[in-house]
Amino acid sequence: MDDLLREFLSETNESLNLVDAELVRFEQEPNNGNILGNIFRLVHTIKGTCGFLGLSRLEALAHAAETLMGKFRDGMPVTTEAVTVVLSTIDRIKTILDEIEAQQQEPTGSDGDLIDHLGCLTRQENATPQPAPPAAPKKLDKSDKVVAERADEERSEPLANHSIRVNVDTLDYLMTTVSELVLTRNQLLEIVRQHEDSDFKVPLQRLSNVTAELQEGVMKTRMQPIGNAWQKLPRVVRDLCAELGKDIELEMHGADTELDRQVLDLVKDPFTHLVRNCADHGIESPAQRLAAGKTRKGTIRLSAWHQGGHIIIEIADNGRGLDIAGIQAKAVEKGLASEAELAAKSEAEICNFIFTPGFSTAAKVTSISGRGVGMDVVRSNIEQIGGTVDLKSVSGVGTTFTIKIPLTLAIVSALIVEAGGERFAIPQLSVLELVRAGNNGEHRIERIKDAPVLRLRNKLLPLIRLDEVLRLGECDRENGFVVVTQVGNQVFGAVVDGVFHTEEIVIKPMSSKLRHIPVFSGTTILGDGSVIMIIDPNGVAQALGRAATAAQADKPDLTSREEDSDADTVSLLLFRAGSQQPKAVPLALVTRLEEIDCRKIEISDGRHLVQYRDQLMPLVRVNTETNLKKEGAQPILVFSDRGRSMGLVVDEIIDIVEERLDIEVASEHPGLLGYAVIKGATTEIIDVGHFLPQAFEDWFRRRDLSMARLSRTVLLVDDSAFFRDLLTPLIKAAGYRVVAVASAADALAALKSDTRFDLIVTDIEMPEMDGFGFAEAVRAMSDTAAIPIIALSAMVSAEAIERGRAVGFHDYVAKFDRTGLIAAIKEQSAGLDRAA
Amino acid sequence: MNDTTKLADYVTFTTADQMFGLPIERVQDVFKPTRITRVPLAGAEIAGVLNLRGRIVTAIELRCRLGLGARDDGRAAMAIGIESRGESFGLLVDAIGEVLKLPDSEREANPINLDRNLGRVAAGVYRLDGHLLVVLDIDRVLDLSAAAAAA
Repeated sequence: MDDLLREFLSETNESLNLVDAELVRFEQEPNNGNILGNIFRLVHTIKGTCGFLGLSRLEALAHAAETLMGKFRDGMPVTTEAVTVVLSTIDRIKTILDEIEAQQQEPTGSDGDLIDHLGCLTRQENATPQPAPPAAPKKLDKSDKVVAERADEERSEPLANHSIRVNVDTLDYLMTTVSELVLTRNQLLEIVRQHEDSDFKVPLQRLSNVTAELQEGVMKTRMQPIGNAWQKLPRVVRDLCAELGKDIELEMHGADTELDRQVLDLVKDPFTHLVRNCADHGIESPAQRLAAGKTRKGTIRLSAWHQGGHIIIEIADNGRGLDIAGIQAKAVEKGLASEAELAAKSEAEICNFIFTPGFSTAAKVTSISGRGVGMDVVRSNIEQIGGTVDLKSVSGVGTTFTIKIPLTLAIVSALIVEAGGERFAIPQLSVLELVRAGNNGEHRIERIKDAPVLRLRNKLLPLIRLDEVLRLGECDRENGFVVVTQVGNQVFGAVVDGVFHTEEIVIKPMSSKLRHIPVFSGTTILGDGSVIMIIDPNGVAQALGRAATAAQADKPDLTSREEDSDADTVSLLLFRAGSQQPKAVPLALVTRLEEIDCRKIEISDGRHLVQYRDQLMPLVRVNTETNLKKEGAQPILVFSDRGRSMGLVVDEIIDIVEERLDIEVASEHPGLLGYAVIKGATTEIIDVGHFLPQAFEDWFRRRDLSMARLSRTVLLVDDSAFFRDLLTPLIKAAGYRVVAVASAADALAALKSDTRFDLIVTDIEMPEMDGFGFAEAVRAMSDTAAIPIIALSAMVSAEAIERGRAVGFHDYVAKFDRTGLIAAIKEQSAGLDRAA
Repeated sequence: MNDTTKLADYVTFTTADQMFGLPIERVQDVFKPTRITRVPLAGAEIAGVLNLRGRIVTAIELRCRLGLGARDDGRAAMAIGIESRGESFGLLVDAIGEVLKLPDSEREANPINLDRNLGRVAAGVYRLDGHLLVVLDIDRVLDLSAAAAAA
């Protein structure tokens, strides 16, 4: 193709995108001469160039549009109709440009329709101004208008002074070359690493630094403001408004936030789709909005900012929020979940159904959205580039999509590890630390049944062997390195056989034939020229979840993702003590699992003691049938609280399972909360609270229990007997009086009685009246309105917390966060002390 | 020029004692694969990935793809480099033969009793002196999802 023509095409396309955006602005601010001047100038340039290149069709179109715009400049009133025609003209010009690009010549055809229309509007100048057509719900009150970061002065100046136009291919080529240079540098570093005192060391260091600078520089040239991906959106929203009869304001914040061109290209379409969705489904019609007490005009807000190595983009609307009931109904209809499964899910989980392929709740299929394609594509597009998309919806308030994407796809720092005889790269971003584990060292890999764990700073870290995830065969199961990895809120250890070094790797996309393997995110070429796979920590985390549920292998694995995040399951430690019947205790209550050499167990005053961490730790038997072993190692569960520890003697630790805990038969037997069916076997659920005083009689009475605190009474509301029994001793141990009730109704009755409560701790998920409703009821009664309420929930989601704040929860604690609960109670009662 | 004289160039190769041909315009290059990194969890027909002059090539073992069993003679394979939808693939075969010019008109349809695995990827057969040459449809060879679905 002719160079001149090529340049014309790329330049004109760019100008047209600008005209698009400017026109929409102009329609809203018809008196802004700057904008009009801009548009006029752009169209004029296009017209001039077309004439020069002999593109007569384009010239005629541009001329007609220019004439009309000239009239605007001379003061003709701007109508929506006129803007629509100019926009269609621009669309036509774009179509013609596309054809020129394909065929290298101007296609034949007539544009008489548009030119006539434009001419007709131009001639109307002196006629009486037309009343605005009904499809134009534009209003002129600009008082509530907040248009972010629009510096008109900046725009009126041509920007091109300090920049040159570079072909994108040239930049991409430069990037590839630099990538190769980085690889060669790595290769040289590798060689020098093997020769300690080499003369190359110093110059190579210099080369290395220069390479790094060059790499950074080239990366910068590839950076583009995210606003480039947003350019089309004002037009999209405008057209949608006209089509749907809605009134929507599009705000953009942080449009100058930069990210890699390649990433930008990949997120353009998802953005457009999300914005369309917000406009179509999210924002209500003006009538509905007014009826709901909102402003007539809806807002869609785009914001972008940097956070660590990522860019965060938020697309928020202030519309009606997602239709939870609709999604539930649709999920059932599509067979994605049963009603019972849905009931157990949080709102956030239900919202996530919209990302399922073929899922659309729009009752009627419009031309805009609701075609059942889209949200799944949005998610897969974003995940493909290592990003995540989250959504938060509050009914009647709006929906927010949060997209998190890496700044660049090209080069990342990675840890090179070995597992099962092969090397792999793990991106540094998700690696927290490295721990060497071995039989002789400080850290030992231990096993609870088959699940490997590591004690790391008083916590049990779940481990997963990388060679097992990758099915690379059996290796050394005791020694290795633990790569402590964080994915979202989940922290786990990936066990590898060896760790080499970190290396800046150039990520090459995965072959389409391998993309279905979730544990890999890409491939890369190492310094020595070999190809290795890049591990995707998300995929490994999923495999970890599967390993935990592998015991229930008869269940189809399709739902494993949902199961993993199922808020109602509890990690339970299963063990045997005294009888063959399995016993269980929530893992969160257990501080450590220990095996103690029997010879170290001492007997004093009829009690068993062991020296543990420079302290004497009393050992308590679960029941009289449990006998201490005479020789070998005695397994114990250690429970610790404020520096004191107690060891619960057991016969054998069986397993750790993730299960829903339903105590089906309560027990009157001390030390036993009741029975539950776990993994098909009837299991005794142990009441830890019962054993604590056996170790230290004063466990619940010691220390700083001031009279003030003892006089405080906590009302504990939880429908589960298990939690009531579990939490009551805990709160008592912290020095409060506790009244525990089983339902919101009982709690309200208790509040109306004579007892004075200083603090309420309530579960959220309860039958009949839930925690939110209960809190509202408490707030509604004048006597109780001031009592602080701490919510207790297995589902701690952002949206639940927000809702909690709205109904008046003072604090929000995860159900198994004992320390958190006590801290929250103390904090709230400290507030009471101050108030008193 | 009429159809009877229209000739096509085929790169020929053998694998598991069967001769195959690929239209030359689909063949990028022919190389000896070295240092193939195997990919855990990938299908059996994926021999691994390798670095060919800075490009990452996915190596596909034709024997496995055709259900002819794994390579057992320990002999190093040869690879035929293929570009498909912007990606590079290497088809691992036993040996590369010569380039043959064959008239389109002599290509015969797949015999009805052709092995099903082979039939799915074959685009016809030539009767040559002493042996048969199976023309491969490379797009169908690379469509591994179809293979998985059929398995």
